[in-house]
Amino acid sequence: MPDIDFEFIVIHLPHYGRALLLTLALGLGAILGSLLVGLPGSLILHFRAPVLRRVVAAYVEFSRNTPLLAQLFFLYFGLPAVGIKWSGFTCALTGLTFLGGGYMIEALRAGIEAVGRPQIESALSIGLSRPQIARLVVLPQALASAVPALAANCIFLLKETSVVGIIAVADLMHLTQGLIGLYYKTTESLLLLVAGYVILIVPVSLLFSRLEKAVRRAEFG
Amino acid sequence: MLHALELLWQNAPLLLDGLWATLGIAAAATFFSIIGGALLGMMRASWNNAIVQAAARAYLELFRVIPILVWLFVFFFAVPAASSLDISGTLAAVTVFSLWGASEMSDIVRGALKTIPQAQYDAGRAIGLSGAQLHLRVILPQAVRRMLPGAINLVTRIIKTTSLVVIVGVVDVVKRSQQIIERTKEPFVLYAFLLLLFFALCHPLSRLSRRLEKRFN
Repeated sequence: MPDIDFEFIVIHLPHYGRALLLTLALGLGAILGSLLVGLPGSLILHFRAPVLRRVVAAYVEFSRNTPLLAQLFFLYFGLPAVGIKWSGFTCALTGLTFLGGGYMIEALRAGIEAVGRPQIESALSIGLSRPQIARLVVLPQALASAVPALAANCIFLLKETSVVGIIAVADLMHLTQGLIGLYYKTTESLLLLVAGYVILIVPVSLLFSRLEKAVRRAEFG
Repeated sequence: MLHALELLWQNAPLLLDGLWATLGIAAAATFFSIIGGALLGMMRASWNNAIVQAAARAYLELFRVIPILVWLFVFFFAVPAASSLDISGTLAAVTVFSLWGASEMSDIVRGALKTIPQAQYDAGRAIGLSGAQLHLRVILPQAVRRMLPGAINLVTRIIKTTSLVVIVGVVDVVKRSQQIIERTKEPFVLYAFLLLLFFALCHPLSRLSRRLEKRFN
């Protein structure tokens, strides 16, 4: 084991702090964006809206069956060649949202489908209107049963942020790669990198496992 | 469009060479993931030792919390720095993808094993099978059907993840595309091609996985 240079770690701690915040912002933005894509998308699939359903289904297949790395390269290097220019951050957010949207659509759709037909029939028989049924009966149960899948998607997206460094976004990976190249302080840089992701993911992961427990208690008492 | 096809056709040998490297890494990682995942999954399902279970959980958590690309960096940069081992990008990638794939596969295997009724285990024991015989001849053959959709899905994830190897200097299909772009200045065509290529590799597997899942339910 090489000796660890603690001075190096202390000096670069603020840089890692900034990169961590950027990574967090990107991850949260992507989670929010993909939920905004996911909710209407899942409803379109569930209600089998004509034409739109095919578009959404094709999007889900495409986003889930291509790597984020290829999506980012296409957005950042491919599109400018046909006149569409974006910043690295916008590209990263777009790519992550594009990827996450497909996963969120599937998770939410499975949740909606888990709400049984009898639930809707009973709601109709006690005289609830369609919008009331959607708001009071279907969505609360659908969201509750989708929680584990949604949580898994959120953690997946936070981890996928590690790829955006390839298009010059100054995230944790990009910083680490730069520092290794500049100073050869490999062990120290990687320690900071791993610590950064532990700080990013562990609280989110704990939060979600508490949420899952709460949902299960609410369902089964 | 014609121009794009011509460009791809002219560079087909280079792209094929890169694709070969990509598929080789994905295939090796799939192989080790299945073997490692089967062993780990069986261990987690039936070895009720507190230390074994805690170690397995810790192993899974390491890959659940820390992104694969970070692991790739650790193996590619830190292992050679900390030891005298010289690790190539390809070796680092196969190692990391296999360790990650095995952790994912063990979840699939454990989940499938849990659906096998206890009576099957008891009956196997009762006719005097050893632990290994019981698993290889009675339990696994029944569980494999239930593992297939998840395992096929994991293969598509391994293929997609393999695109990361370009970052540690492996000359895969992404790197080959970048080399062609440097020469021809056609990023749009080549990156669109890459997206379609990965889609063509993964989509049939995803469909197969979904079809099997419907059939087994």
